[in-house]
Amino acid sequence: MNPGELALLALVIPAGGAVLVGLLRASPNLREAASLITGGVLLGVVMQIHRAVSAGETPRFVLAEPLPGIPLELVVEPLGMIFALVAGSLWIVTTLYAIGYMRGHHEKNQTRFYIFFALAISCTMGVAFAGNLFTLFIFYEALTLSTFPLVTHAGTDAAKRAGRVYLGILLSTSIGFQLLAIIWTYLLTGTIGFEMGGILEGRAGAGVVAVLLALYVFGIGKAAVMPFHRWLPAAMVAPTPVSALLHAVAVVKAGVFSILKIVIYVFGIDFLTQLGASVWLMWVAAATIILASLVAFRKDNLKARLAYSTISQLSYVVLGAMLANTMGIIGGGMHIVMHAFGKITLFFCAGAVMVAAHKTEISDMKGLGRTMPVTFAAFFVGTLSIIGLPPAGGTWSKWFLGLGALDAGQVGLVAVLMVSSLLSIGYLMIVPVRAFFSPAASNPHGHGHGNGGIHEAPLPSLIAIVITSLCCFALFVYPDPFFRLMSMVAGP
Amino acid sequence: MIAAHLPAIQIVAPLLAAALCVLVPWKRVSWGIAMAGAVTAFAAAVGLLSRVLGGEDIRYALGGWAAPWGIEYRVDAVNGLVLLIVAGIGVVVTLFALTSVEREVDERRIPLFYGAWMLCLCGLLGIAITGDAFNIFVFLEISSLGTYALIAMGSDRRALVSAFRYLIMGSIGASFIVIGIGLLYVETGTLNLADLAERLPALYGERTVLVAFAFLTVGTSLKLALFPLHVWLPDAYAFAPSAVTGLIAATSTKVAVYVLLRFFFTVFGVTYSFDELSLGMWLLPLALVAIFTMSLVAIFQRNIKRMLAYSSVAQIGYIILGISFASVTGLTAATLHLFNHALMKGALFLALGCVMYRVGSVHIDALRGLGRRMPWTMAAFTAGGLSLIGVPLTVGFVSKWYLVLGALEQGMWPVAALVLVTSTLAVVYIWRVVEAVYFGEPSARADSVSEAPLRLLVPTWALIVANLYFGIDASLTTNVAGQAARALLGGAP
Amino acid sequence: MEFPGLFNYWVVIFLMMVGFYALISRGNLVKKVVGLNLFQTSVIIFYVSTGKIVGGTAPILIEDDHGVAGGAAEVLYSNPLPHVLMLTAIVVGVATMAMALALVVRIKETYGTIEDDEIQEQVLADELQEGARP
Repeated sequence: MNPGELALLALVIPAGGAVLVGLLRASPNLREAASLITGGVLLGVVMQIHRAVSAGETPRFVLAEPLPGIPLELVVEPLGMIFALVAGSLWIVTTLYAIGYMRGHHEKNQTRFYIFFALAISCTMGVAFAGNLFTLFIFYEALTLSTFPLVTHAGTDAAKRAGRVYLGILLSTSIGFQLLAIIWTYLLTGTIGFEMGGILEGRAGAGVVAVLLALYVFGIGKAAVMPFHRWLPAAMVAPTPVSALLHAVAVVKAGVFSILKIVIYVFGIDFLTQLGASVWLMWVAAATIILASLVAFRKDNLKARLAYSTISQLSYVVLGAMLANTMGIIGGGMHIVMHAFGKITLFFCAGAVMVAAHKTEISDMKGLGRTMPVTFAAFFVGTLSIIGLPPAGGTWSKWFLGLGALDAGQVGLVAVLMVSSLLSIGYLMIVPVRAFFSPAASNPHGHGHGNGGIHEAPLPSLIAIVITSLCCFALFVYPDPFFRLMSMVAGP
Repeated sequence: MIAAHLPAIQIVAPLLAAALCVLVPWKRVSWGIAMAGAVTAFAAAVGLLSRVLGGEDIRYALGGWAAPWGIEYRVDAVNGLVLLIVAGIGVVVTLFALTSVEREVDERRIPLFYGAWMLCLCGLLGIAITGDAFNIFVFLEISSLGTYALIAMGSDRRALVSAFRYLIMGSIGASFIVIGIGLLYVETGTLNLADLAERLPALYGERTVLVAFAFLTVGTSLKLALFPLHVWLPDAYAFAPSAVTGLIAATSTKVAVYVLLRFFFTVFGVTYSFDELSLGMWLLPLALVAIFTMSLVAIFQRNIKRMLAYSSVAQIGYIILGISFASVTGLTAATLHLFNHALMKGALFLALGCVMYRVGSVHIDALRGLGRRMPWTMAAFTAGGLSLIGVPLTVGFVSKWYLVLGALEQGMWPVAALVLVTSTLAVVYIWRVVEAVYFGEPSARADSVSEAPLRLLVPTWALIVANLYFGIDASLTTNVAGQAARALLGGAP
Repeated sequence: MEFPGLFNYWVVIFLMMVGFYALISRGNLVKKVVGLNLFQTSVIIFYVSTGKIVGGTAPILIEDDHGVAGGAAEVLYSNPLPHVLMLTAIVVGVATMAMALALVVRIKETYGTIEDDEIQEQVLADELQEGARP
């Protein structure tokens, strides 16, 4: 099988998994096994594609040609490869986690949950391997629609309201801004393909480029650049595995990944630097970083705090893209990976606390570290990675982003990065610290020893937590594969 | 031999069927006759369009009387496509009608119903195929009279009032058209559209031509429900029997748009309509206001059929917007949307027809929780809704793509942005329904229903599949629409 | 432009406006129908009058001195085509009238009235009951 067909397979496998899950709905054990096996096969396929891409190949596959000259096509280039690797490897871990969580939490409609989960991964792969703007847009929208049933999974009024915000913001920004920008690009260049060095150079003036770039950045609502960030906290009503994989990895990363991809392959970093069209957007991203961190401080609900932290961290990637130089791009790309592993660990922990101790508010978690040591240790590791402290992977991406900011001569942005790291120490580190060192709140039911009956989360979930937190360390020691892929994209 | 007479068969088949339908007293037999008429017409339309795409310009002298004296039927890419839309939708909706009409129309009136049904189809096809101005008026009245009767057969008593109102408005519109045609005849001495097109350029400065143009524009705009002449449409659509709504929503306004296109571009010519009278400047704001206000109004409707009716007025706005650009891309978008909107609205109204069949109401409260009871129907509604919104890989997206491209080509990027922003209004009104359907608590009545019968689901899904197919592979439709646009602008195809 | 111009246009416009006024101002559906009919009739008169030429004869082939049909040169005759067209238009008009009156009969049967405002009240009541309006 040639690599192009493998890329198609990466889309088909999760979709096929969804069908399998639907067929096996009668037996939860078989159904979960099907999910896990599909995850394993997908990871294997993605690894195969990775081998081809590292060897310098560019697998291609044309699916259809809906409009003349505008094919629906898959092209695997290094940046997309990174995204696919992250999503593919974390899917299987999340499935493992979800099995423990969904059963431990007695969620309803679990079959529907696994079906749409698999479909969402299929769409994510489509985003990762999209060969042109049109294909990217299609899978981007499909991802929105396939995750909608997951966001509203609970079916309560609050979930419905959240679903409305979710769809409203994501669809309206993408149709209103992104699609407009795509058609405009097509009109200017006569093509919508991704090309190294960009397609706009020499075909658009500085003013048009600035407007287009803004349309893309704000049109990709999934990147959650303020003021279009409201959907992400809203989406937190979903079950935790969804928040973990989709709203810390797949969906949001699809957003920032699209921005990176468009900056590199549509605008071209040299062209963008030369025009300086992205400078003001750097500051929008910087503002998002700081503001979202400040909001995170004020959230007592753990998942909400993590959501705002995600908004802040996503803008790191946007910032990297807007810096439009080699280091910035490498930093942005690396941050997709590092943040993914860090944040998914944090969400896993939040879910574990919810299942095991039925607690969602941070102020209630005092002293829980003693009864749930593994969970909170993992939370600590995840926090290190998000803040960017050694020995966790997040160190690297922040390092490169800092270098990128210096290269661009934006010393102010370096300060922003510093301040943001300090802030994240403040709002994230406090959680494990309190859990371990504060005395437990007195138990109103009078069970004698504060956290009576609470123990660690179900075993599958715990295994998942341990895996992702170990990955955070591993990425510090061995970030090489991702660095190499990013260097292929960003040039020397 | 038969091939040479295809243009005549196109009209005669449904006309003959209309007469026969009324004569037989059995409802199933009269349906069979209607179906045969519709299928024959469809076959003729396919034959004609394939010949036109083969590069042929079909001219057919009816009854053997040559053009200036007799009536000439003429088919090019533009009306070839319109014929295909009308006849194709005709077949699908007639298939749907069998079961739906038995539930919604009085038993004794069913043969009469199919008589009116075939007359309506015959009139619509006739408008599209004829090359004679007065003949357009005659067929327009045939189709309109059929439509009034069909609407009046709705089970709700408000159907009568809306049919009467439509009759008044429609007759005024038709009279305006006939005045316009008369003035043209006075000026040029011919009724043949091609001859008119040849003789008019010499008379561009004449006041009479200007008045004729005004009458024709207003008359046709009434028929196609261009904002603000749309007031008859929402109630007519809302209270007609489901199958009828499906038929007229998908075809009758489209045919009226075709008439408009014919007069603006072929007869008067783009130089007169758009350069001298700067028609674009008038149509553009009307279209935008239609899109914007009607989408907003749709959001607040609780009767879902009426909601879709308002949405139709908005969608006609998109078509008119494409026309107002008077460019190849704009006209391609308009023609494409003609076709695509027929597919999506047809599918949506048929899905509502399934609901009507089982639940007996299309009020939003009656739809609550139906997602579990009627999964296929509601999946069809959702898919049709997505197409209406313009989600990629549906036909709606293809239309929007060309429309925005057309706007950007003219440098009107605020218009392009507005087109896209208003799509989000469609998201709002469609999503309201989807949310009620999938998350609402079913009412006692809705809780006991089962899925619609296969005889209703098959035609509905046929249209949905068409929505998806032409969304994934739009090469055929864009090709025809492009050819039609170039034909209208007078360039070589 | 000369004033008052061709007088037949004035007749047509007057009739048309009378019909149109009746259509708009009357609440009685039958009166509306009559107004509509007047409106349509004015169009018919318009067509017929345009074909007429003062002093023209009927469009019949006239023999010339040698008995050849149609041989007579320069015979002034009225244009028959508008007249023929109006035969069709009259048929259409009659059909429309019949349709409209049939509808009025049905409306009378269902609503018990043919006054527009009284019907409107009942329609509004229907909508309130259905919950179509807030």
